Amino acid sequence: MTCHFQRKAKGGAAILGGSLALSLLASASMAADPIRIGVLEDQSGEFAAATIQKVHGAQLAAEEINEAGGIMGRPVELVIYDPQSDNRRYQELMRRMLQRDNVDVVFAGFSSASREAVRPIVNQMDALYFYTNQYEGGVCDANVVATGAVPEQQFSTLVPWMMETYGKRVYTIAADYNFGQISAEWVRQIVEENGGEMVGEEFIPLGVSQFSQTIQNIQAAQPDVLMTLLVGTAQASFYEQAAAADLGIPMGSSVNVAQGYEHRRFDPPALEGMHVTANYIEEVDTPASRDFVARWRAMFPDEVYINQPGQNSYVGIHLYKAAVERAGSTEKAAVREAIQSGEVCVDAPEGQVCIDPKSQHASHTIYLVQVGADHEISIPKVWEGIEPYWLGEAGCDLTQRDHDAQYTPSSPPAQN
Amino acid sequence: MLQEVFAFLYQFGDAFAFLVLSAAGLAIIFGMMGIINLAHGEFIMCGAYVTVIMARLGLPLPLAILCGALAAGLAGILVERLIIHRLYHRPLDSIVATWGISLIVTQTVLILLGSTMPGIGTPLDSFSIGAFSYSEYRLVLMAVAVLLLIALYLLFNVTRFGLLARATIQKPQMAQALGVRTSRVYSLTFGLGAALAGLAGGLYAPTMTLVPTMGVTFIVESFVTVVVGGADVFLGTAPAAAVLALIKAVMTGWQGQLFGQIGLLVTVIIVIRILPRGISGWFLKERT
Repeated sequence: MTCHFQRKAKGGAAILGGSLALSLLASASMAADPIRIGVLEDQSGEFAAATIQKVHGAQLAAEEINEAGGIMGRPVELVIYDPQSDNRRYQELMRRMLQRDNVDVVFAGFSSASREAVRPIVNQMDALYFYTNQYEGGVCDANVVATGAVPEQQFSTLVPWMMETYGKRVYTIAADYNFGQISAEWVRQIVEENGGEMVGEEFIPLGVSQFSQTIQNIQAAQPDVLMTLLVGTAQASFYEQAAAADLGIPMGSSVNVAQGYEHRRFDPPALEGMHVTANYIEEVDTPASRDFVARWRAMFPDEVYINQPGQNSYVGIHLYKAAVERAGSTEKAAVREAIQSGEVCVDAPEGQVCIDPKSQHASHTIYLVQVGADHEISIPKVWEGIEPYWLGEAGCDLTQRDHDAQYTPSSPPAQN
Repeated sequence: MLQEVFAFLYQFGDAFAFLVLSAAGLAIIFGMMGIINLAHGEFIMCGAYVTVIMARLGLPLPLAILCGALAAGLAGILVERLIIHRLYHRPLDSIVATWGISLIVTQTVLILLGSTMPGIGTPLDSFSIGAFSYSEYRLVLMAVAVLLLIALYLLFNVTRFGLLARATIQKPQMAQALGVRTSRVYSLTFGLGAALAGLAGGLYAPTMTLVPTMGVTFIVESFVTVVVGGADVFLGTAPAAAVLALIKAVMTGWQGQLFGQIGLLVTVIIVIRILPRGISGWFLKERT
C-alpha cells in the first residue's frame, strides 16, 4: 500500500523509472512490462447494444498490436470494466482504474453524460483520457483526446445536403441532455445560416418509449426534414412508431444506424428515408473496410454489427500507439507533445485519421449513409479528411494554453 | 375542427391504453396482495421476448401475444411459489426480493440472448384524418385495454375464482377456515398479475426496441397509475389511467414529452398529499 502511494506521489517519472528498472531486472528472459490500457465501456444497461462493440474493437486492436510486437516492444494489456450505462459506476470505476490499477491511459464512455461524469476525475488525477465516441463537440481539455466525429464533420455536411435535397423547413427531436441540447443548437445554427427555418424542436427525456403525441406534433408543423437526435434503445422505438403512423418525412441524424444499427434491428421500412453522416459503418465498401470486417469477424464471429463506435474504439487504440511511439514514452506530457506535432495519424478502416494539435480532436472521412425501403444502405456522398476546425477557430489552442471546459456555439472560449 | 377533436381523442386513448395495460398487473399484485413488485418490468419484458420469439417461429401475432402472457404468468406462479409466498405481510422485504429478481432476470437475459433482439414490425396499416396520419395498431391497443378492464371486472365479480380471491384477500384466516386453499389462490392471483404484465409486453413488443431493460420504460407510468389509483383495480386503476391520460395528452400536446412526464409526477405528488390512499381509497370511504 505505501509503495503504491509513493509511486503515485512521485508521478509519471517514478513509474517510468520503476518500469525501466523492472525491465532491466527481468533482462531478456522475460517479456517487457506491459502498457496498461483502461477500457470503461458499457456492456450492459441502456446503451449496451451500441457499446459492446467498443470493447470488442479495443480487444481486436490490442491483439493485433501484441501479435506485431507490442508498442515499443512492450505488450498491451487491457483492463476492462463494465459501468453498466450508469454514470455513478463510471465515476467509481474511473477512480479505481487510475488509483488502483495504475493504467497508462483510459478509453471510456459512450454518452456525453458519462464523459462529463468522469472528466473531472481524469483532470483531478491528471491522467490521459481518450473519448472515442462521436459527440456534440466542444470539449477542449488538455487531458482529453476526443477521436469521434464532431458537429463540423457531421452536421455541416448533413444539414445543408438535406435542406438542398428535401427542403428548408426543419424539425428537431433530441434526447434531453447535453448531447441532444448542444447538437440541436448546432442544427438550429446551420439551418439559419443556410436560409432555412426551424419549424419545431422537442427535447425528449431519456427512457421515453411512447411517441404518438410527438409524431402528431411533427405532422402539425409539416417540416421537410426531421432531424432525430435520439439516444438509447428506448428512444429508438420512435422509428417503428413513426413508420406505423406513416409519418414519411426524410430524417437526418448524427447517431442512428451508425451506432444502434436500427436498420438491422427493426423490420423494414421503419428506417426508410434515414440519412446519417458517419465516419464508419460496416457497409462501407473499401478494401481497408472489407479487410477490417474480415479480421473483426474472425475474432468475433457472432458480432451482430460492426458499428461506428466499434471502429472508433479500434482506431483510438491505434492512434494511442502511434502517439506513444512518436513520443517514445507513455508519459502524458510526452504523448501530448507528440500529438502537438500534428503528425499522429493512422490508416483506419474509414480512411486516414489524424489528431489535430490545437483541439486534440481527430480528422475524419464522413460517409453520407442513406437507408432505403428494404433497409439497404447506400452512400451517395463521401467527404474525405474533414478537419475538426471549429474548436481551434473558436479559440481553443491546447498547444498554447491548457483548457478543461466544454464550449458551445453560443458560449465559445474567451479570446485572449 | 373535427380532425383536431379526433387527434386529441386518439392521443388520450393511446395514453390511456398504455397506462391501463402497463399498470393492470401491478395493480392486482399490489392492490390485492400488498406485494410491491419491482420485478413488474421484467414480467413485461418476458412477455415481449416470448411474443417476438413465437412470432418469428411463424405463430400468428395474437397467438404469440397469448403465449407471451402465458409464459409470464407461469413465471409469476413459479416466483410466487419459490420466493414471494414467504414474504406476505412483509412489504419492505418484498421490495428487496423483487428488486433482486429484477436484476437477476435482466442480467440473465443479457447473457443468454445478448444486448438486443431484432423486432417484428407493427402489424396493420395506417390511416389519415386531415393533416394527421395514425397507426391502426394503436386502435387495437385501445380496444384491448377497455376489454381487459371489462374482463377483469367479470373475473373478480362473477366467477368462483373471483369470489375466492376476494375472500382470501379480505379475511385470509376465515377463508382458510371455510376450506379455501388460500395458498393456491395467492399463487394464481400473483400469476394473473404477472400474466397481465406479460400481455402488456406482448402487445407493445411490435412497437418497441427489444432489449433486456425494456421493462423499465413501463415502470414509471405503471407505478404512477397504481399510486394515484389506490388499491382497487376497478375503482382505482381505470379512473386513475383516465385522469393521467388526459393530463399527459394535454401536456405533451402543448409542450412536448418532458411536460407530459412532469404532469404525471406533479399529479402523483398532489394526489398523495390530498388522497393518501389514492382515488379508490376516496371512493370506498365515500361509500361506507
